[in-house]
Amino acid sequence: MPDTAAVRQPGAAPLAGVTAWPARRPASPAPRRRAAPRRRAPARPRVQRVPPPEPPGLSLPGDSGFTLQAGPRRAALRRTWLDTFDWRLYRAGLTLEQVTGRGTAELRLTGRDGTLLAAEQLRAPGRRASQTPRWPALIAALPPGLLADELAPVIGVRALLPVARATSVLREQRALNADDKTIARVTADEMTVTPAAPPARPAPPAAAAEAAAPVTLPARLTVIPVRGYQAQAARLESLLAGLPGVLPAGRPALEAALAAAGRRAGDYTGRIDVELTPGMPAAAAIAAVMAALLDTLEANVPGTMRDVDTEFLHDLRVAVRRTRTALKLTGQVLPGGARGEFRPEFKWLGDLTTPTRDLDVYLLGLPGMTAGLVGAEPGDLEPFGEQLARQRARAQRDLVRGLRSARFQRLRRDWRTALTQATAAARRKPTAARLAAGAIADAHQRVLADGMAITPASPATSLHELRKRCKELRYLLEIFASLHPPGTAWRAVKELKSLQDCLGEFQDTDVQRAELRAFATTMMAQRQVPATTLLAMGEIAAGLARRQRQARTQFDALFRDFAAPAGQARFQPLTRPATG
Amino acid sequence: MKIFATYNIKGGVGKTSTAVNMGYLAARDGYRVLLWDLDPQGAASYLFRIRPRVKGGGKALIKGTRPMDDAIKGTDFDHLDLLPADFTYRNLDLVLDSAKKPARRLASLLAPLRAEYDVIILDCPPSISLLSESVLHAADLLLVPLIPTTLSVRTLDQLTDFISDFSGHRPKILAFFSMIDRRKRLHQEIARDLPRERPEFAATVIPALSVIERMSVERAPVTAFSPRSQAARAYTELWQEAKERAGLSPAPAES
Repeated sequence: MPDTAAVRQPGAAPLAGVTAWPARRPASPAPRRRAAPRRRAPARPRVQRVPPPEPPGLSLPGDSGFTLQAGPRRAALRRTWLDTFDWRLYRAGLTLEQVTGRGTAELRLTGRDGTLLAAEQLRAPGRRASQTPRWPALIAALPPGLLADELAPVIGVRALLPVARATSVLREQRALNADDKTIARVTADEMTVTPAAPPARPAPPAAAAEAAAPVTLPARLTVIPVRGYQAQAARLESLLAGLPGVLPAGRPALEAALAAAGRRAGDYTGRIDVELTPGMPAAAAIAAVMAALLDTLEANVPGTMRDVDTEFLHDLRVAVRRTRTALKLTGQVLPGGARGEFRPEFKWLGDLTTPTRDLDVYLLGLPGMTAGLVGAEPGDLEPFGEQLARQRARAQRDLVRGLRSARFQRLRRDWRTALTQATAAARRKPTAARLAAGAIADAHQRVLADGMAITPASPATSLHELRKRCKELRYLLEIFASLHPPGTAWRAVKELKSLQDCLGEFQDTDVQRAELRAFATTMMAQRQVPATTLLAMGEIAAGLARRQRQARTQFDALFRDFAAPAGQARFQPLTRPATG
Repeated sequence: MKIFATYNIKGGVGKTSTAVNMGYLAARDGYRVLLWDLDPQGAASYLFRIRPRVKGGGKALIKGTRPMDDAIKGTDFDHLDLLPADFTYRNLDLVLDSAKKPARRLASLLAPLRAEYDVIILDCPPSISLLSESVLHAADLLLVPLIPTTLSVRTLDQLTDFISDFSGHRPKILAFFSMIDRRKRLHQEIARDLPRERPEFAATVIPALSVIERMSVERAPVTAFSPRSQAARAYTELWQEAKERAGLSPAPAES
């Protein structure tokens, strides 16, 4: 819904907005003077309220046939736009905004065209209790209703967090025709943007300081025709757009607010967003990819430490694993002993994150496992869930300690320096295309060889090892995707995915069964587990064993398909140096 | 949706002033209101600064060749729309005469607006005609302004008799004295006595006040430009009575 829909007439749709008045920043505070010696400084008021300056009114040419009549100034609204860290709402064409006025708060979900899809009143005048969540918040913190139902499938396990904040002061002017009849309402929305959250990618210090200051945007004008006067309102709108200093608004309020805060929608993606060219030096290419992975890693550190949602840690781990793969399989092109120096450090970082992630996977899967219980009651598992939560809290504390450690800070700093040096010292040969083709061909061959060696008698560890080889192959495909024509690498990833999913199910159920046994032992030792809980855990263990057997059965057929000539054909173009 | 009509066979008794103020007050209460200015003189349209012109004229509306939606204009007040007058309305009798079931035509034309409006007010021209008959059949409540004279009261009797002959839907009547001159004894006596004797009379009377005449200068309802005036208070009381008599459900803003 447009910003100014409060004044919409029945049946009247707003015309496209126009923007007036140049953007301005609040004047810098005057330099503070030191008080004269032995003279008491005047008492400073505890709260200093400075009314925002009034914007100059619009004036139309005398012969335009229209006049503008000022309406009342409206109370300021506080606006907070919310999205997940990876912009799931934005990518789904949705905008979620919390609008807070005097004694009211409402969440509004709109589509790309501004259509209101759902709204939830969080606070109303006279209603004492407020249902406003403390952001960031998971879907469970929202009041149940249509809005939560619409959001849940889009955001999944991710938290909603503020991506932009602003205050809006709305002023309405009536546009009158030659008969002094109101033909449209012109609403000016003057937005002052305040910083909400840091951008996902690090900004230069100067830009960051700029983005941290509140910015008053050009007022956004919306012309809402009175019914039956659409033609005159359209004429008025073109007149307003032609006035000096008036610009077509075009983009939605959220995008304007983000731009003012030095951000853009979709500025974070978990994908490797680096464009490589086949002829570029291999070391420079690898350094560019690893620098992007370091950005992603660093972008996810605050959310992981604050435990905002489980995906921060997931994305951080993916960035680490991709880095480790790139170091292991392509790091030989980096100068000096960079590969040898940093591989153990990234292994340490990966290991640091594993306990919390494993417990996350368990906790996220627990509702599904509970729902599948046949003999036991869902409530029987509560002590188990609580045990998991306690253990996770401990693991999270260890993780935070590790991320605060000097070792981690040093790793970040030294790794970035090493990547900068690698770019500067990169030799022309080998090229990125040659390095990519060789690494992918080797990784592919290893997957084929390891997979073919697996027999019905092979231990679970062989499948675990194969899963790691598959992941390495996949990361290489993703890292070098930009060297090949669009879609080439993704077709190969798709071929690999079903095999990976099967191996993932096999390993996850194996790990979870082992952990379940360990939990049961611990809980028994602590003498705090009811028999019903152990029985329910036994039923879950049986379910996990069944799933693991199914995955093992599926593996044979899936690997046969993968190794078949049709499947292999998808990898052929990627194992030859790309030309460009 | 309830349909109100201001009707009197005589002109200059305050029909348009009543229609305009009732429309404004209903919209102020939060009802979605359409006022149809059926009088070719276009006084109600003038008061809302809307040009008295409908593309295709009254014929297109009555025949249904032009959707009512297209002709409706928003006034300067939220929730209050106007279907403007048109000079061709003077021939509406002829147009209606050639239509099927002419006495019910207006009711069937207004039926589709039920979803969009809570209140429709018909401001009728002063006449006894096929158009007025069609208005009487469509309305739920007739607001009948009367000058306090014996002859006026006779006119009301004629109207009541005429309606009592209707088969099926019959509008309720809310008669009220308008343009009461406090200096005239006859006015005072009739305005005092008749409401006690006749249940169709409203307790409210609308005095003759210059502020009501100023509506044509301000080009707005007196209830809008002078809401604390004696005239505005009288119209507000009349609206309360009209709402109750018509059995209008509470507006969304009130409920």
